[in-house]
Amino acid sequence: MKRLYVSFFAAVLSLLLAACSQEPSAATQSSQQPPAGNQQQATAAEPRQPAAPESKPSESSAKEIVLATTTSTQDSGLLDVMLPAFEQKSGIKVKVVAVGTGQAIKLGEDGNADVLLVHSRKAEDEFVSKGFGTDAYDVMYNQFYIVGPADDPAGAKTAKTAAEAFALIAEKKAPFISRGDDSGTDKKEKSIWKEAKLTPEGDWYLSSGQGMGATLQMADEKNAYTLTDEATYLSRKLNLQVVMQGDQSLLNPYGIIKVKSTSKPDEAMQFIQFFTGEEGQKIIGEFGKDKYGKGLFVPSAKKR
Amino acid sequence: MLMTPEVWEVVWLSLKVTTTAILLGSLIGIPLGACLGLYSFPGKRLVIVLIYTCMGLPPVLVGVIVYLLLSRYGPLGSLGLLFTPEAMMLAQVVLVTPILAGLSLSAVQAKERAYWETAKSLGASPLQLVFTIVKEARKGIWAGVAAAYGRAISEVGAVMLVGGNIEHHTRVMTTAIILETRMGNFTAGLQMGLVLLLISFLFNSFLVIGVLNQLKTGRR
Repeated sequence: MKRLYVSFFAAVLSLLLAACSQEPSAATQSSQQPPAGNQQQATAAEPRQPAAPESKPSESSAKEIVLATTTSTQDSGLLDVMLPAFEQKSGIKVKVVAVGTGQAIKLGEDGNADVLLVHSRKAEDEFVSKGFGTDAYDVMYNQFYIVGPADDPAGAKTAKTAAEAFALIAEKKAPFISRGDDSGTDKKEKSIWKEAKLTPEGDWYLSSGQGMGATLQMADEKNAYTLTDEATYLSRKLNLQVVMQGDQSLLNPYGIIKVKSTSKPDEAMQFIQFFTGEEGQKIIGEFGKDKYGKGLFVPSAKKR
Repeated sequence: MLMTPEVWEVVWLSLKVTTTAILLGSLIGIPLGACLGLYSFPGKRLVIVLIYTCMGLPPVLVGVIVYLLLSRYGPLGSLGLLFTPEAMMLAQVVLVTPILAGLSLSAVQAKERAYWETAKSLGASPLQLVFTIVKEARKGIWAGVAAAYGRAISEVGAVMLVGGNIEHHTRVMTTAIILETRMGNFTAGLQMGLVLLLISFLFNSFLVIGVLNQLKTGRR
């Protein structure tokens, strides 16, 4: 009996080992694959030119597009205001997939979304330069805050820049929660650590691998610092205080990009033009004013 | 996905959390199920209905309840257990105990008649009775353990909420799959899923072989 158990365990181990020794090559292969496939789709769709936004709202009632966006636009409630306005105007239904920027971009690369609304400039530029996206616009920006416990154990409030605040937190080894999910916010955080010339490591630096809301909740529970976007922070009632805001490196620009391989380029373009147009920009600028006393997003539409 | 130390860490934590939860859950659930199968008392039907209902508890609901209990502002907040492996174990115990109790109950009821009178006439104490019947109904109970294990290790809602998916602390296979997917690494997520499936398969084969072996020794 015992021997049987032991031999079974040995079998488990060997199977697992066999599985992993093959995996690296499989992983690299598959990561190279999508571009080639999508490029073909993309060139096929290219000749079709986006139409003007005013085109026939009445007969397009059954049309749908998929918007891949970050959790922040949905969690903040901006989309709840923008989408009904757009749907009413154009008759196009918008299905929202709210995920991290990393996954949103991947959805675009795989052709599973028609429009991206994300905030990670570097990844966005890459997406466009690799030929996955076209018609990229700045839409709006909001701010990041460094938030932390009210008593500010690291004294981060005295810092003059975001990098300096991070350095103080690291020096005091005050608990810090990172998103660690490759999202726009996570990338921003990593870039600030880089700016501070530090590699955060140790028990004080936790990587939650979750969305902004859950991460804020965790920071609140654990009396920790974290980097958050303004919208999500303001929409939660927590005991965390803002310790740093307004620094140049804490600005958070959002971009809207059409996926090149989309099967509905006209509708996607209408959507983009709504967001970057006068009406959409006005809604963006006023969003949140009634509830928080100030707008959560600053409109900044511009073609890139 | 390389079988890096990080991946092993995640797999190991999954096994540790779920195995502990199953052991604790068995300590409560199996005797509870056996007692329910053996003894009758007023309100027994209600208890059984409740147990069967709880067998299908949504993990997320369990997660929210355990979260609120352990939250810094909750009744057990002073223990500082939120976002620890212990919190995940607690949530999984809550999940698997009804399954273990419910399936033990059915297993025991199937065997009850044959053994109850014999054991009693031989002068067995209540504790010995429960022990005997559990031994005799082990096949059904093993199946319950396997079902509970499968449910616990593949569960994601509760461990995400109360564990928090913190790297090197509370990241288990299921929450790692979610994270990889959210980051766009579908391949890595899928591979982790296969490892999870493999573990489930091995665990179940292990149980089935164990049961068959016991049957072969001729003791029924």
